[in-house]
Amino acid sequence: MSDMMRVSSNPHIRSKVTTDKIMLCVVLALLPATIFGVWNFGLHALWQVLLTIAACVAAEAVYELIMKKKLTVLDFSAVVTGLLLGLNMPPAAPLWVGPFGGVFAIVVVKMLFGGLGANFMNPALGARCFLVISFPAIMTNFNCDAYSGATPLAQIKAGETVNIFNMVMGRTGGTIGETSMVAIVAGACFLILLGIIDLKIPASYIVTFVIFYGLFSGHGFDPYYISAQLAGGGLMLGAFFMATDYVTRPVTKIGQIVFGIILGLLTGIFRVFGASGEGVSYAIIIGNLLVPLITRFTAPKAFGEGGERI
Amino acid sequence: MGKLTFTGGIHPYDGKDLSKDKPICDILPGEELVYPLSQHIGAPATPIVAKGDTVLRGQKIAEASGFVSSNIFSTVSGTVKSIEPRRVVTGDMVSCIIITNDGLYNEVNYDAYDEIDVDNLSKEDIIQRIKEAGIVGMGGAGFPTHVKLSPKEPDKIEYCIANCAECEPYLTSDYRRMIENPEMLIEGLKCVLRLFDNAKGILAVEDNKPDCIELLKKLTKDEPRILVKALKTKYPQGSERQLIFATTKRAINSKMLPADVGCVVNNVDTLCAIYNAVWNGKPLMERIVTVTGDAIAEPKNYRVHIGMSYKELIDAAGGFVKDPAKIISGGPMMGFALFNTDVPTTKTASALLALTKDEASKYEPTPCINCGMCLEVCPGRVMPKVLAECAEHADYEKFEKMGGLECCECGCCSYICPAKRHLTQSIKSARKIVLANKKKAGK
Ligand code: SF4
Ligand code: SF4
Repeated sequence: MSDMMRVSSNPHIRSKVTTDKIMLCVVLALLPATIFGVWNFGLHALWQVLLTIAACVAAEAVYELIMKKKLTVLDFSAVVTGLLLGLNMPPAAPLWVGPFGGVFAIVVVKMLFGGLGANFMNPALGARCFLVISFPAIMTNFNCDAYSGATPLAQIKAGETVNIFNMVMGRTGGTIGETSMVAIVAGACFLILLGIIDLKIPASYIVTFVIFYGLFSGHGFDPYYISAQLAGGGLMLGAFFMATDYVTRPVTKIGQIVFGIILGLLTGIFRVFGASGEGVSYAIIIGNLLVPLITRFTAPKAFGEGGERI
Repeated sequence: MGKLTFTGGIHPYDGKDLSKDKPICDILPGEELVYPLSQHIGAPATPIVAKGDTVLRGQKIAEASGFVSSNIFSTVSGTVKSIEPRRVVTGDMVSCIIITNDGLYNEVNYDAYDEIDVDNLSKEDIIQRIKEAGIVGMGGAGFPTHVKLSPKEPDKIEYCIANCAECEPYLTSDYRRMIENPEMLIEGLKCVLRLFDNAKGILAVEDNKPDCIELLKKLTKDEPRILVKALKTKYPQGSERQLIFATTKRAINSKMLPADVGCVVNNVDTLCAIYNAVWNGKPLMERIVTVTGDAIAEPKNYRVHIGMSYKELIDAAGGFVKDPAKIISGGPMMGFALFNTDVPTTKTASALLALTKDEASKYEPTPCINCGMCLEVCPGRVMPKVLAECAEHADYEKFEKMGGLECCECGCCSYICPAKRHLTQSIKSARKIVLANKKKAGK
């Protein structure tokens, strides 16, 4: 033993939970939705997802090499971004579109703002919106081998009827990973059980949306419409996996509930009054922009200053 | 009804099994004992012996200099070798009295206190004895106990809480005290209760020590003024403000004193020392130190002569079985990492912990991912992530505005952070600067 020991400030022990473990769990939690998507839409979907992930990881590594920064690709956060973006792609999009968006997500939305933790917008969603604006024809074309025609929500908007059971299971058109409510919620339960995410944002989001939709859609609280709205248009994927993204949500408890309510209202407005009937991505992105404000106004009170009970 | 607890906190691996069933054993010090003049909060004591003087065990060697200060006693008989700066657990050089042990342990006459009827002691006498005995908070802070026990309005004290939580992982010294000397603890608490006519005594024990709870309940069943309360096991349940909240639902901020909400808190070893001072007239000379950790051959609980070195404790516990990566005075959450083991034990030394893994330096800090876990566990209910950012940017105004001073430096945030950021460390240094600036401005 050496004479001089290493010293450092307290505490001297650390929990085993690390950033990369959390990110890996998120990847695992997205697997049911991914596998379902591939099964639902075919191998082309799988290639899209894999290439998008690869592009994100590579973009991060190359950026960090060029900028001579510490390599952080091993923290799995780029994998999560790539996977989320991949799941948000239309099943029949050309194979270059996803990776292109992935590079945008990493370089523009994430790294230029300072890398993990410093981005103010969810990179996958930012990239998706970028793609929708740049390639509207590709990004809104949900025709593929398995399904043709409009997505269920567009059908409802047009007054057609849809099969709710298929929607809940995910046997419908849509983006690769958004269709199956069952698979998404199963993955989300895994994260909730591990304590990685909790229900504050998803629940306040969904409840607010349902109330808003019930009041303003003209369909009232008809279970048929409500379940179709919940199962379709990526609401579940958005509420459980994108709105809960640590970096771009408020960090305070009350802030998270406020955030969920805002997302619910925005999604409601977009779906009821907007043209497209989807709107989850836009709602979350706008919500992301409001986060600094929400956090500022919901800073907790300290112990002994009234904040000891929450 | 929910269990008595506070909001936040963590559940680290508690490591208590290593030493919890090891009875307290005595250990004799080696040749040289070192007594830092500052081992309490407040002014350092003033030496009243000089080089070459012979001293007896129990002889006062340094005197409190002011009200918030504390006497220091020799724990062996021998000669004063020198008074010189030595390194102490915090890593600082502190003026110390060095005494060469003659191995005879000749004691002073303890003023024949036993001839006085303890039951007829006045309140002033009790406080005087506690003050004379050099008793300070032995849980870690080292605040002079006689100051704590002299609030402005003693009649308004409603609860005298015995802090038996021992929430720090690995520590078992209080546990052993409760199992082996529960009467001392209870008598000590009764001495404190005599100072406060309107107070109830609460023995607050974490519920991972059901045997203590049962034992204390049994022994206090005929004591109408003493209650035993079981607390949820959670770190930092034994932190003063959290403990007061858990037992009484009263919350104080950093600017308040427990007495402001009618509470006085003392830890187990302190109460035992109070008993010894009041009943036996003995000054504070010993304390229980847990020597443990996965690097230690035989983890044990020792009754230690204050002033002996940590190195002797490690040797007594069989030395190291594995190379330690870190040696800590105190618990793993709030203790001090030691440069080397040649530092003296003090009145506040609760444990010596030798770990083979240094988890604090095992992980490199990575960017904050805003997960919010630090907020969730922070018992101070502040935003560690934001405070650490303020600290790193030297924005002390915002630091204070965001409640930086309400942090009790418990370490929960650094423990839980998945990005392994050194939150507590940053916040701690900022607090030091802010408090120092305040002091300057106040003067
Ligand atoms: S900010 Fe202070 S009180 Fe809060 S968890 Fe960190 S060290 Fe503990
Ligand atoms: S626990 Fe660490 S990563 Fe999470 S919010 Fe706090 S500082 Fe950031």
